[in-house]
Amino acid sequence: MKIKKNIAVSENGFVFDPTTGDSYSLNEIGTEFLNLMKAGKSKEKIQKEIMNKYDVDEITFEKSFHDFIKMLATYQLIEDHEEK
Amino acid sequence: MKKNKTAIPPGKVKKPVSSKSKAVLTQASPKPKPSRKRIKITIAVTGLNNTDNPGPGIPVIRSLRESKIFEPRIIGLAYENLEPGIYMRDHVDKVYQMPYPSAGTDLLISRLEYINSVEKIDVLIPNFDAELYSFMKSSAKLKKMGIKTFLPTLEQFEERHKAVLSEYGKKYGISVPKSTPIYSVSEVYNLSRDFEFPVLVKGKYYDAYIAYNNEQIINYFNKITSKWGVPVIIQEFIKGTEVNVIALGDGKGKTIGAVPMRKQYITDKGKAWGGITIDDKQLLKITRDVISKTKWRGGMELEMIKTTNNEYFLLEINPRIPAWVYLAVGAGQNIPEALVKLAMGMPVMPYTEYEVAKMFVRYSYDMICDIKTFEKLSTTGEL
Repeated sequence: MKIKKNIAVSENGFVFDPTTGDSYSLNEIGTEFLNLMKAGKSKEKIQKEIMNKYDVDEITFEKSFHDFIKMLATYQLIEDHEEK
Repeated sequence: MKKNKTAIPPGKVKKPVSSKSKAVLTQASPKPKPSRKRIKITIAVTGLNNTDNPGPGIPVIRSLRESKIFEPRIIGLAYENLEPGIYMRDHVDKVYQMPYPSAGTDLLISRLEYINSVEKIDVLIPNFDAELYSFMKSSAKLKKMGIKTFLPTLEQFEERHKAVLSEYGKKYGISVPKSTPIYSVSEVYNLSRDFEFPVLVKGKYYDAYIAYNNEQIINYFNKITSKWGVPVIIQEFIKGTEVNVIALGDGKGKTIGAVPMRKQYITDKGKAWGGITIDDKQLLKITRDVISKTKWRGGMELEMIKTTNNEYFLLEINPRIPAWVYLAVGAGQNIPEALVKLAMGMPVMPYTEYEVAKMFVRYSYDMICDIKTFEKLSTTGEL
């Protein structure tokens, strides 16, 4: 599960795919997810960081993260999509 | 997926996108150093129809006005009295009315001879598909008149016609959608043997419509033939994203410039009203291959469809600079300037970079004009 290398993410959560010209808006958590993924962190590490920072249980995180990954895959923003 | 989409975890609120946010992914293009003294040159340009179906004339002129090499005097050549570019006096220095190409090449060239006797044109940049044939056919006469052009050869022009695009694809190894020319309504009923609905119905020069049944094909056939004549081209509809490339070939196989763009805002005529430069290496490779194999001479626009499987299909090759050329200039490639240099026989270094994520957004603008200017053009044929 790797974000395409050339994807640009601004601090405001604006995502730009230079290959297609598509752009997307993320909210705060989405931006955080994407930046952590871009930094090459595993799902486990992302989960740990998010759960330490926010008052969120494992099931809610799992669901949100899973939905997010599926959406990234739909928009072809990830290079390989392996559900873990 | 044309507009900004959201990818938000469930239950979260979408934040507004700050206008200051940047999608910074650039292949920085160094600006050409200003030369000390710009070369004075007279350039005639057609396509001043800056309408909702814009001709490339005004964007070409804007590009030339920004040249660091040339100081152009611009002669606008107009076919109709209300082409907006005629009245954009910051852009055109002088305007002449021209006879329609359909009136015959002799008349067109004879008018150009007169204009040239007054203006001493150095370079002519035709911007309409429909006039290119006449100018290409008259290249020897133009040369004799001292007017330089940088146009495709007749062979290059003819073989990329929409009606023969399938052969073109086979010859140069490019995927093209299945297509066939039709010349009469009676042929519509035979199409179901080879095509599934929907299909694209296209004019030989302009216009394209999606048809979902035979009745719609007939309707569009009549609409198109009343404007552009036959053949009408029936083309397989391929689902995907339309991507375009503006390019310039030196006639020897080298690509002098190429910038790919994705339309972001499309008018009901299918014209880009907004677009963005993209970083699509495969598209650039296809462009360079086409130019290399065909030894394309002059400006061109490749219209392609990219499928979700990342396959590319060539829809059309427009044998001229497209109306969105100014985006390429904004992204670092002044293609009209390079074209003029090629026409003048000057050495031209190919552009190798452009800025990704440069956008253009068109707008409409009301100019207030005096009836006297319209009267002058209508009565004297020049302004």
